[in-house]
Amino acid sequence: MATFFGEVVVAPSRAGVDDDEEAREETPEDREIRRELEKKREIDILWTLKSGASTESSADELFACSQFIVAIGRNAAAFLSSFILDSVCWEVVGVVKLWNEWCRTTSTTNVLPTDSFCLFYRLISDPTVLLCQCSCYVAEDQQFQWLEKVFGCMQKEGLQVTVLSTCPVADYKTQESTLTLPSPFLKALKTKEFKEQVCCPLLEQPNIVRDLPAA
Amino acid sequence: MFVPCECGGGSAGSDFKGFTLLVPAVSVGNVGQLAIDLVISTLGMTKVGYFYTDCLVPMVGNNPYATAEENSMELSINAEVYSLPSKKLVVLQIRSPFIKNKYRPFCQTLLSWVKSSKCARVILLSSSHAYQCNDEQLLGTPLRYLLTPDLEKAVGGLMQELNWKEMEKVAAYPGINDTEKVLHIPGGGITKLLFTESCSKEIQMAVLLKFCSEGDNIPDAFALADYLNEWLQLVQSEVSASNNSTDASSQWKIPSSWRLLFGNGLPPALF
Repeated sequence: MATFFGEVVVAPSRAGVDDDEEAREETPEDREIRRELEKKREIDILWTLKSGASTESSADELFACSQFIVAIGRNAAAFLSSFILDSVCWEVVGVVKLWNEWCRTTSTTNVLPTDSFCLFYRLISDPTVLLCQCSCYVAEDQQFQWLEKVFGCMQKEGLQVTVLSTCPVADYKTQESTLTLPSPFLKALKTKEFKEQVCCPLLEQPNIVRDLPAA
Repeated sequence: MFVPCECGGGSAGSDFKGFTLLVPAVSVGNVGQLAIDLVISTLGMTKVGYFYTDCLVPMVGNNPYATAEENSMELSINAEVYSLPSKKLVVLQIRSPFIKNKYRPFCQTLLSWVKSSKCARVILLSSSHAYQCNDEQLLGTPLRYLLTPDLEKAVGGLMQELNWKEMEKVAAYPGINDTEKVLHIPGGGITKLLFTESCSKEIQMAVLLKFCSEGDNIPDAFALADYLNEWLQLVQSEVSASNNSTDASSQWKIPSSWRLLFGNGLPPALF
């Protein structure tokens, strides 16, 4: 592409198409580096069982779960901390350990609000109600893994999932300008299996949700 | 990878034996995907399933082809399959970019699904950077096609009749050695990989692409959809009385999700 001054530059494509990827053939060293990086980016979920002992998540025992509430992002996580969670009614039952270029979480369950963490809580009076606070950023290549590993531990029969998340108002597409919109405001997406009343309007096209909440 | 859904008409089903499969490449200007949107929206195709894949960035929204309040509440995700049995047409729409290093596994899985579902042929809609055109390519039509050897036998003659231009190969080492020619589709995303893999797996595949740049790619999408229509005759082309040319552009229905492609309304306080 030629710019105003006559210089020719490679124009970045909105479609996210990257020519470098297809040009390079993978050498054995590249493959080894890629495998090491993939291992480093693996997600580990550590569940605290009834006995109090921590163990790696395994496929044998599925959680009986009727309600699963997931808060993704700092704002949603803070909402749960402020209005729902307390040490009397809820107990920590799991933690996600992950690393990516943006953040690292640890296996400690004693976290500060400013930390990046991903914790699971259970309602003591009804152990089938599970809650997840995920304030860390889960990268694109880790989202599917997170999904499979978390939901892989749950019985999915009769399970209702609620995902809480936030997006900048400036990203909202509407006929008017977003400056005049009364914010913050709520929008929802629901599957056709969700039969209950939704507490706010549905998200209109062309707005979409992406990343972990979408997954 | 393919998960059939119970939604839509019972006759739509997931039997694609003998069907033509349309697939977009995520490429410059997203032209292939926009053209596929036009096809799905105009023909009122029914969703018959989706791809459960870890290769694409996740996304979800409400029905992008909604025409009324009643049909606007169906969820839509990043890779969905639509079908129109009356025209033996099945379409895959891809709505998000590939995750790094995942485009190869996706191509492998897609091509093995093509084989297992026994589609007769695949047509890949794509685009390529216009700024890479050589002098000859700058003149004449910006539309090109490619056929795998297996499809060449079946429809090669038709391409001659339609007076279509085959995508030119370029020198592998320009300036040094002009005899060795390779296929080069800059900005085409997975186009070249899918095409070369289809050649070796003996899949009947055609690539239809347009040279374009990033910007308002709606006219490019219409042009590519018209190009496809010259071959498949999906919609009626109106013979324009004024210049006596066939032009199907007015027959394509723009989906409701194309609203606000270039941003929101302006704040009144700006003026």
